[in-house]
Amino acid sequence: MPLIAYLTLAALVFAIGLFGVLTRRNAVGILLGIELMLNAVNINLVAFARFHADLAGMIFTLFTIAITVAEVAVGLAIVIVIFRVRRTVEADHLDLLRG
Amino acid sequence: MRVGSPFVALLVLALPFVAFLLLALVRPLRRSAPAAATVSIAAIWTAVLAAFWLSWRARPRGLLQSPSTTWAWIPADGGPMATVGVMVDDKSMTMCMLVTFVSLMVQVYSWAYLHDEPRTALGRYYAYHSLFAFSMLGLVLSPTFLQMYVFWELVGLCSYLLIGFWYDRPSAARAAVKAFWITKLGDLGFVAGIVMLWTTAGTFDFWELFRMASLNTLPLQGLPLVMFLIYLGAVGKSAQFPLHVWLPDAMEGPTPVSALIHAATMVTAGVFMVTRAFPLFVLVPDVLTLIAWVGAFTALLAATMACVESDIKRVLAYSTISQLGYMMAAAGAGAPDAAFGHLVAHGIFKALLFLGAGVVIHVFHTNDVFRMGGLRGLPLLWAPFLIATLALAGVPPLPGFFTKEAILAGVLEAHLLVPFLMLALTAFLTAFYMFRVVFLAFFVRGLGEPHAHHRVPELMSGVCWALATLSVGTGLQLARVTLAGSRHGEAWLPLASLALAGGGIVLAWAMYQRGALDPARVAAALAPLDWMARRRYGLDVLFAGLYRGVLLVLSRVVGWTDRYVVDGVLNVLSAWTLRAGDRLRRLQSGLPQDYVYGVALGALLLFVLAQWRLW
Amino acid sequence: MPFPVLSIITWAPFVGAVLIVFLARHHPLAVRVIALVTTALSTVLSVFIFVAYDREAAGFQFYEKLPLVPPLGISYEIAVDGISLLLVLLTSIIIFAGVFASWTVATRSQEFYALLLALVTGVYGVFVSLDLFVFFLFYELAVLPMYLLIGIWGSSGEVRPRGMFAWAIRETGVGTKEYAAMKLTLYLLFGSAFILVGIFALYVTAGTGSFSFLELEATTFDPRVQFWVFLAFYVGFGILAGIWPLHTWSPDGHASAPTAVSMLHAGVLMKLGAYGLVRLGMGLLPDAAVDLAWLVGGIACINIVYGALSAMAQTDLKYVIAYSSVSHMGLVMLGAATLTEAGLNGAVFQMFAHGVMTGLFFALVGLVYEKAHSRAIFAMGGFGRVMPGIATAFTVGSLSSLGLPATSGFVAEVLTFMGAWRSAHPWWLVPAVAGTFLTAVYVLRVAKQIFWGPPSPHFDHLEDARGPEWFALVLLTGVIVLFGMAPGLAIAPVDTATVPILTRMVKP
Repeated sequence: MPLIAYLTLAALVFAIGLFGVLTRRNAVGILLGIELMLNAVNINLVAFARFHADLAGMIFTLFTIAITVAEVAVGLAIVIVIFRVRRTVEADHLDLLRG
Repeated sequence: MRVGSPFVALLVLALPFVAFLLLALVRPLRRSAPAAATVSIAAIWTAVLAAFWLSWRARPRGLLQSPSTTWAWIPADGGPMATVGVMVDDKSMTMCMLVTFVSLMVQVYSWAYLHDEPRTALGRYYAYHSLFAFSMLGLVLSPTFLQMYVFWELVGLCSYLLIGFWYDRPSAARAAVKAFWITKLGDLGFVAGIVMLWTTAGTFDFWELFRMASLNTLPLQGLPLVMFLIYLGAVGKSAQFPLHVWLPDAMEGPTPVSALIHAATMVTAGVFMVTRAFPLFVLVPDVLTLIAWVGAFTALLAATMACVESDIKRVLAYSTISQLGYMMAAAGAGAPDAAFGHLVAHGIFKALLFLGAGVVIHVFHTNDVFRMGGLRGLPLLWAPFLIATLALAGVPPLPGFFTKEAILAGVLEAHLLVPFLMLALTAFLTAFYMFRVVFLAFFVRGLGEPHAHHRVPELMSGVCWALATLSVGTGLQLARVTLAGSRHGEAWLPLASLALAGGGIVLAWAMYQRGALDPARVAAALAPLDWMARRRYGLDVLFAGLYRGVLLVLSRVVGWTDRYVVDGVLNVLSAWTLRAGDRLRRLQSGLPQDYVYGVALGALLLFVLAQWRLW
Repeated sequence: MPFPVLSIITWAPFVGAVLIVFLARHHPLAVRVIALVTTALSTVLSVFIFVAYDREAAGFQFYEKLPLVPPLGISYEIAVDGISLLLVLLTSIIIFAGVFASWTVATRSQEFYALLLALVTGVYGVFVSLDLFVFFLFYELAVLPMYLLIGIWGSSGEVRPRGMFAWAIRETGVGTKEYAAMKLTLYLLFGSAFILVGIFALYVTAGTGSFSFLELEATTFDPRVQFWVFLAFYVGFGILAGIWPLHTWSPDGHASAPTAVSMLHAGVLMKLGAYGLVRLGMGLLPDAAVDLAWLVGGIACINIVYGALSAMAQTDLKYVIAYSSVSHMGLVMLGAATLTEAGLNGAVFQMFAHGVMTGLFFALVGLVYEKAHSRAIFAMGGFGRVMPGIATAFTVGSLSSLGLPATSGFVAEVLTFMGAWRSAHPWWLVPAVAGTFLTAVYVLRVAKQIFWGPPSPHFDHLEDARGPEWFALVLLTGVIVLFGMAPGLAIAPVDTATVPILTRMVKP
């Protein structure tokens, strides 16, 4: 499979993830979208590592996975606290920083 | 032609000024009425002596010798732009004597007249009087147009302060401001004129200007306009038509003040200025003709208004306007010496008329002649007033006859026929209305009752008698000079003026003393004139209308425009900014998704642009 | 090393401000004493240099220089010539009187005096600066404290929204002191932007790499550059000088400000604008000054008449005096625009004469307001009986305003008239003279309304000026009369400075 196929796949996954972030009402859904975007980046990195025979890409992927895990943990913790305080996780209702 | 010592002249100037400073700055002096009066009167008395000494010791001067002594006032690169100093020639020395003497008389008289005033007020009164004396003396001694203007304005200030002496009376406040504004209108022309003159001639100095005029080095282009503008100052100050409307209202001030500044001295400043600057006016004969016509017309107009007045002070005010018209007419006709002569003579007997009126006002506690009368048995009261009236009416051997005749002769010589006729008619009316006042105020028993004590303070009657004696003395002196000197001019003129005066007296006697002619029927016969004269020919109303209807309305429009249009535009810009801010604030929704949206969009845009290399 | 007189004059008030902030936080009397001592020091030294200035040598004297940023050509360079000498004296007189006039400020007097003194340092600095960058710095220092001074210690009035822009008037909150403070500060900062652009333009085009006025004066600029920079300066300095139609910050600002701030602002700060135009505009850009004189003079004529008519229509005493300032600044600008010796001398002298006169007026208005608790003219009357001293001082101020001889206002006006008729546009004499008449109308009308007439029992409890209040009035009245009778004292040094400026101009 040519490189472009993998890149296309990553782009599509990124787009789906972005769409999810922008349109999902549920905060957890937004986090899932972020996950998709990050994983799309991972696909990109691995694809380039494989096609250019450069290990750096794979190692970078390991880093991003670890950071993604940490970010998800913190994100979910925030969502749970918000739910405890506001009794909702709908993004439309979380506008306290409104100007 | 004589010149006096500048240092004595400066002394004459300095004495009332020092008195003013003392009274203005040293509060205990001002608060004690006797002390204030003493300071002021002592100063003016010494000034009288100095003025007479100045004239007595004057030396003859050559034609090319300047009578001026000046010092730099406003410095500039190529020599001072303006100087101050004194010009001590015959005119100014005579005026010094007149001003100091009449001031002294008035100040002494005031002590008795204003005896009922609060003590502190009198301090203020005498301070103003000293300032006035200083200012008027400075005016007559001025060697330059600019210095004359400076003192011109200062006498105007004193007039404002003294008319408004009883400042808690609304009518006095209004009169003071009106006097200031109307004379200011004239002064605008004056200052514009002298500034223009300075630009063409390079100097304000009289002596240099006269020299330039005589050597024909003064540029004549535009000079008529310049001299006309300068004349406007005299129109305001000397109450010529149409800027005469302030003088009758100025009677709100105390009577001695009216005697001094609105009869003898301040109002004559305009005439003095025209006669002083006559070598320049001679270069613009059209302006002189205008001056003569306006003067004669003013004389007649004011005389008609005096005929229907019942307030004694206002009659005298209109009379002053009328006589000022006479003086201006003489100057305009090319007889400045006649004008000056009448100025001095008129100063003496008009002051006496006012002070005499003050006596009868004091007795009856009213200004209305119809409430006075019945004093036939008290000649000491009415004799000085009668002497002054005869002088004003132009009866020999009193000075008015000689000076008026000189004026009429001058006007006739200049072939100004219509002004001559106007002045002649005025002479008739002058005699008429003055004797009307004499009969009503002193002889015919009127509606009022004399005040409890008939007694008139000695100071007041003493001053009146002194002035009366001076009038008679001046008249006899003039008679002597005229009889001894050459007779030129029309021979029928003295007889004609005598006839006019006599006619007026007889008519007044018939109408008021005898009751042979009913005044009401005479008024009905001259109905339109009577109606207009009683309403002052609508001029007061016109000025008030211009002020309220034009000036104040215009100011309100401008004020409204500034607040609501000019500032309004600014506030609109500000309001738009606030509104724009409000609207842009909605971008800040508080929802992170919207911000991500923005970032994503922006990043996409940047990628596209980078690809197309548009930036 | 010559004695740094000018630096002491300039920085003494600032030192006073610092001392007040750190030492006298809770001692109102100490605050006032410090303010008094430092301003007295500046005043005494100002009088000293006024007397010691060599009128024969002319030029810039009492020179001091301290390099600040040599690579950019910025240095602390100060000196005075005839014009700035007189204006430094003016500033000293006004602030000295102002300290007395503010004696009764009750709330937070420490901050008030500290800000006031810092402001004064800025003003002094502008007048003595010879380096354009430092000039601008001091200029900003003179403007910024205004916001706090007016916004906190000012007084509010009420303005009814009317006209087609009423919605904007409602929305922006016209009439409150916060509005006045905001408008004044923003408008003046907007103007200073133009000035900064002009300064930088000159710096760049001169190519000498120096901000020094003396070096820039020696440079001849391209006429096109001169034209645009002069316009920038005209707008920038003109806003501060109150030219029409950019003057509307002034009435609200002056009316809402506390007494000393109004005195300083109308008396001195507006003169900063005119001074800037003369010093930088006419001094550095002579050709443009000649070409654009018609604009400066024409707008000045509008100022004179428009300001006077507006003043006539006002019912609030402070607004009358504020518009009177707009009108008289028109006279200043007119005198400068005549490009004649008489006119320019008149303009500078008018800056001084009007500064003192308006300082006196605002001090008096402050006193009347304090005692009668009203600024509405038609609610007052008959005050002359209860406060004769204030009435007298008001009359002297009025007479100076309308240009009565024996007051300094007269000499200023007559010199302006002389310059106007001699200028390239002689018709300017007409509005100038008309302005005198209009001023006489409104100023005497106000005096009559407030001080003359029968006293009402309602105001029986009012009293005349007392103690420190007296001092300000006597000082200012005395200066008006002194310079009215002996104008040569001031005009001699001024003339030495104005003649060189004019000789550089080649008039058509």
